[in-house]
Amino acid sequence: MSKPRFCIPAVPLLAALAVAGCALQPPPPQPPSAAELDAMRPSGDRAAEIPEPAGLEPREPLSLLDDPNSPLYNKIVYFDYDTAEIPASASELLRTHAAYIYRTPGVSVALEGHTDERGTRDYNLALGDRRADAVQRFLVAEGVPPEKLRPLSYGEERPAEPSTSERAWALNRRVELVY
Amino acid sequence: MQPQCVLTALRFTALLATLVTGTTQAKLTIEITGGVEGAQPIAVVPFGNVDGAKPNLDIADVVAADLARSGKFKPMPRREMLMTPHREEDVDIREWQLLAMNSLVVGEVAPRSTGGYDIRFLLLDVFSGKRLLVDTVSSTTKGLRNAAHRIADAIYEDLTGEPGIFATRIAYVTSAGRQSRVALRVADADGFNAQTIVDSAEPIMSPAWSPDARKLAYVSFEGRQSAIYVQDLASGRRERVASYEGINSSPAFSPDGGKLAMTLSKDGNPDIYVLDLASRQLTRLTDHYAIDTEPAWSPDGSQLVFTSDRGGKPQIYRVAATGGVAQRVTFEGDYNAAASYAPNGNALIMVTRAAGRFRVVMTDPNGGSRRYISNGNLDESPSFAPNGNMVIYATQTNGRGVLAATPLSSGASHRLSRDAGEVREPAWSPLLR
Repeated sequence: MSKPRFCIPAVPLLAALAVAGCALQPPPPQPPSAAELDAMRPSGDRAAEIPEPAGLEPREPLSLLDDPNSPLYNKIVYFDYDTAEIPASASELLRTHAAYIYRTPGVSVALEGHTDERGTRDYNLALGDRRADAVQRFLVAEGVPPEKLRPLSYGEERPAEPSTSERAWALNRRVELVY
Repeated sequence: MQPQCVLTALRFTALLATLVTGTTQAKLTIEITGGVEGAQPIAVVPFGNVDGAKPNLDIADVVAADLARSGKFKPMPRREMLMTPHREEDVDIREWQLLAMNSLVVGEVAPRSTGGYDIRFLLLDVFSGKRLLVDTVSSTTKGLRNAAHRIADAIYEDLTGEPGIFATRIAYVTSAGRQSRVALRVADADGFNAQTIVDSAEPIMSPAWSPDARKLAYVSFEGRQSAIYVQDLASGRRERVASYEGINSSPAFSPDGGKLAMTLSKDGNPDIYVLDLASRQLTRLTDHYAIDTEPAWSPDGSQLVFTSDRGGKPQIYRVAATGGVAQRVTFEGDYNAAASYAPNGNALIMVTRAAGRFRVVMTDPNGGSRRYISNGNLDESPSFAPNGNMVIYATQTNGRGVLAATPLSSGASHRLSRDAGEVREPAWSPLLR
């Protein structure tokens, strides 16, 4: 099974974040500050806006997960340096996904933990594991059955942005929800 | 600066039918940088060929390059040699005394009736004129480079009293960027004869040698999740020894080769486990809600050091191989990780952070007497040479990952790099017996 990749040039920041594997030239990545991420989300109650799943047969060519206007479009949680603590700014995003995963039959999600390049590789693999584990525990606490979640860690081996800079490091300290 | 040696690596027949056929031949470069203060002058005279021998390798050149790389010797440039004797009776020792040499190596190559060559060589003490070492090394036609390394090892051991490491090998991981394949490779200690052991579109990490140097353990994500493999280098046969839920990482063979320490998070968070390779019994060595990883055995196998952030920041801890309470080893700095023991157990090397820079530091076994070994910003994966006189580690040059080796006895260091792509995670093999 191939990992879904998304690339919508109309939303430069999200495109840059999700561009791994995409042929398009990404715009220069931005540091994903909480304010920026908040500003990009439509206002209102995320969970309430999610329609009931359409059933097992997808009729829409663009699912909620692929629609840049959907609150489910953003699937990345960012972390501070050398910590697996989920930032408060990510709670809303995770609750939105928790509600969707909970309500949607048959859906399962890989939680891919990543770190920046600083420090040792094996420690970072363990840190990525802790981050994926933290996201899993959050989602389970929100009611998601654990069997729908598959946490794993890539450590620093799969950077979203492979350069050496504060900005790249911020983009690389993440957990990606991969549906 | 010494001249660079560039060699096109031998194309290697993939052991695992992995997709290496399209790979371009990797060029490995070794560059020796820094001064060679206090290095002993030695003359390695070009070896003679007798009885129609036509070796396809300049053996004395390889021997001299090995000795220079150790940081302990300064071989005489050939153009300064006034005579090129091959046998003891042809040596005029006074000439070499006038040229201020400490030692002199001469030799000759003769064909063997069964194929291959006999290489006779002689090490002389120039001051006394005394013969220090006379030996003959046999070699196949293809094995001449290894034979030259063994001659260099014998000379090094005779003059320093420590085993030479020129006939050892180095495992490392390469990639040519984020979209490209990752390969685990093994090369001679001088960077030549690089071979691909396994290659994958997914990450490969953490190569670790078995004590007999016949096997490598490593972590591969080829199943879309980390798993630990042990691979026999001669046959290419391999076995997946750990693929539990969560991470499977940091394999480390015990000094007797019977056990493999590793990090697993199958029970909720990363802890150290020990797998008995014969019985397949898995024992949990640490049990803490923090990260425990990067286990490394003491040379006598009685204890292990590992990295843990149980105190809030990554530090080095020590635990008995039988388990029990872990003792904290490092207290200086707020990031100490990936420790390993010197072959004689008298020192540790690890990665430390100071002023935002990650560097390799050597300490005593209790974490004291810190001495920086590297001078980069993102240095990692330090590995002792099996005689304990050199440390190889990964560093960055112009944003690219390269390997660097630093002799502990002098300031000279050399870099091994591929002409393209990243090289990282070096692991120096044990002595090849």
